Amino acid sequence: MTEEIIIAGFGGQGVLSMGKIMAYSGIMQDMEVSWMPSYGPEMRGGTANVMVILSDERISSPILRSFDTAIILNQQSLDKFEQAVKPGGTLIYDGNGITRHPERTDIDIYRIDATEEATKMESSKTFNMIVLGGYLKIKSVLKMENVLTGLKKSLPERYHHLIPMNKKALSRGMEIIQKTMQENHS
Amino acid sequence: MADNISVKDIIKPENLVHKRSSVMTDNIMHYCPGCGHGTTHQILAEVIEEMGIQQETIGITPVGCSVLMYNYLDIDMQEAAHGRAPALATAIKRLLPEKYVFTYQGDGDLAAIGTAETIHSCNRGENILIIFINNGIYGMTGGQMAPTTLEGMKSSTTPYGRDVKLMGNPLKITDIVATLPGTYYVTRQSVHKPGNVRKTKKAIRKAFEYQKHNKGTCFIEVVSNCPSGWKMTPVESNKWMEENMFPFYPLGDFKVPEE
Amino acid sequence: MEKELRLMKGNEAIAEAAIRAGTDAYFGYPITPQSEVLEYLTAEKPHERTGMVVLQAESEVAAINMVYGGAGCGKKVMTSSSSPGVSLKQEGISYIAGAELPCLIVNVVRGGPGLGTIQPAQSDYFQATKGGGHGDYRLIVLAPSSVQEMADFVELAFDLAFKYRNPAMILSDGAIGQMMEKVWLKPQKERKKELPAWATTGKTPDRERNIITSLDLDSYKQEQFNIKLQEKYREIQEKEVRFETFQCDDAEYLLVAYGTSARVSQKAIQLAREEGIKAGLLRPITLFPFPSTEISEMANRIKGILSVEMSAGQMVEDVRLSVNGRVPVEHFGRMGGIIPTPEEVVENLKTKIIGE
Repeated sequence: MTEEIIIAGFGGQGVLSMGKIMAYSGIMQDMEVSWMPSYGPEMRGGTANVMVILSDERISSPILRSFDTAIILNQQSLDKFEQAVKPGGTLIYDGNGITRHPERTDIDIYRIDATEEATKMESSKTFNMIVLGGYLKIKSVLKMENVLTGLKKSLPERYHHLIPMNKKALSRGMEIIQKTMQENHS
Repeated sequence: MADNISVKDIIKPENLVHKRSSVMTDNIMHYCPGCGHGTTHQILAEVIEEMGIQQETIGITPVGCSVLMYNYLDIDMQEAAHGRAPALATAIKRLLPEKYVFTYQGDGDLAAIGTAETIHSCNRGENILIIFINNGIYGMTGGQMAPTTLEGMKSSTTPYGRDVKLMGNPLKITDIVATLPGTYYVTRQSVHKPGNVRKTKKAIRKAFEYQKHNKGTCFIEVVSNCPSGWKMTPVESNKWMEENMFPFYPLGDFKVPEE
Repeated sequence: MEKELRLMKGNEAIAEAAIRAGTDAYFGYPITPQSEVLEYLTAEKPHERTGMVVLQAESEVAAINMVYGGAGCGKKVMTSSSSPGVSLKQEGISYIAGAELPCLIVNVVRGGPGLGTIQPAQSDYFQATKGGGHGDYRLIVLAPSSVQEMADFVELAFDLAFKYRNPAMILSDGAIGQMMEKVWLKPQKERKKELPAWATTGKTPDRERNIITSLDLDSYKQEQFNIKLQEKYREIQEKEVRFETFQCDDAEYLLVAYGTSARVSQKAIQLAREEGIKAGLLRPITLFPFPSTEISEMANRIKGILSVEMSAGQMVEDVRLSVNGRVPVEHFGRMGGIIPTPEEVVENLKTKIIGE
């Protein structure tokens, strides 16, 4: 099993750290992982993206043109990566600030209004964890318990008191997607 | 009778006024007659000998006339790329902090191509001794303008004299180095007369003593001559140095620790 | 201490591996995309862990000359930089090779020429493998293609450098430097206390003085020294070639690629085989010594070779020399910081080699 993911958004949205937590979670599940960021001045405020690969086998190219899953957090990234999702793949996006929504019909598209939800929860910093929660619900690649261990591993000890809040955000993301899935089925 | 006096009669310990230091090798020096390098090498060797630190001393030679200094001093030495001696010294001293480390550099090496290494090693206060020979000319390459060439002074690349409007001003790097917090002892000396030789030797000794106590960078400029490059006899060159170099590069201490 | 599993950037892996390999000193200067090496080392306080010296120099020029000084004392000393910075180091590298000093230089390559880009490239192959600075000399060049190899090659590079008294280089790129992967770190090694007999550590009465220099004004002696160097390089060529093959047994077409390009090419082979094209990969691990014999042998049983590099075509010259005209050898690469995609590699294999 190989899962090839792109996460893209603004610098400061937690794009890279979301990818890092996923990579850590993969390690907890004994998977091979790679985490390939865009880097440079663009990272300081502009767009940021990271390619994450989780696999049961040795990973060949860490740089890809098409992905199983795209996690998109702003309009520029949606414009850039919508076409990069493999047919039958998955696109998850935050609706905040999106004026042109995804149009493809050959992929599964999930909208998760994580920005809005994080504001409601009064913890805007856990926005990326809501998105990740949604991903966990949609794709059964990573297990929640491994994500929590991964989170613990990737955070310095002085931030460990934030883990319960992140856990709440992950669960909230899962709930939102659960609801969407049910609505789609009914 | 004079006819009966042999060499053995003259060379007696009680008649000895000067001897080569045991830290010097038997190699014949390549320096021109009258050049200050030989004297400076000798007093440096004498200090190492007198302090008994031959086993603890590592020297770094520059690119310039004294590039082959390692042929003359019987100590471990490294030969640096042009201007980089203080970088080598930085690493050597940090990796072997118990050793005595010195660089020996000319004006082109230290004050032109190696300015950055000079300034930054002094500014970091590396516990090394920098010996700076300033004769205002590139000796080894055949007498070209140095950063310290005086205004109006002739060289093979300033054949009509150094025009400061075109070629910039002579650089008083020792003055700059003395302003840096990392330097502990900064002085300017010469080796053209016995009194000056003794003073310079004393300065070298002091610098090594300070190094033993990790005081920071010690910097000794030796204003010297270059009979070949200046196209003068040794005696003429010393006179010219006193009349022209010393007024612009006055001898004396820049920074002396309070003791 | 046991082996330890971590998720690390390639640059961080180099730094941690350097501490664990018992490196005595690191001298560096910041430049993207390798600054994490110096940042990691300063944060880790290796001075407290092992006594390792870490210093941010005033320039790349100073840093490589600090390496010269430290290496001249027989210590395990290294520096790292990226392309423009490595250009600045070339003078020092030439002197280090000329003085026969062991050391490690890491180049996390970015696109050039000039200031170029901060994105990954492989356009410093010529510089790394053909000399780089002035004079007839070679570096031992290792090309990691994973974060694990970034860590592993630190110790390997030092071992080879000391074995042959020759500078060694890890030629990486911005992608491997910046990406994170799983890495197994070796237990901490002690810094070695015994220093080589040739090192300048202070002349003791039982030996002649040690002189570290690359100068000999006697042309005859200088030629003899050069002949000795060439013999050393020949020995390295005979004994130290390292490479990896991937699906070469039944291959009709061969890709030759190192570093990031090798990773991309591996994926390309998977895609090519899905289309029924029997492609294999030879990944040189040592770029000097280059696996010429192995490529030459392979040329006897394949139809053509594509050299995949993030450059205008540099390693392809060595591939052609190895093959000597027996089968077509072409180059495909992207430049300016662009990493080729596996799809592009397959397309180019078809158009340039298979002739579709």
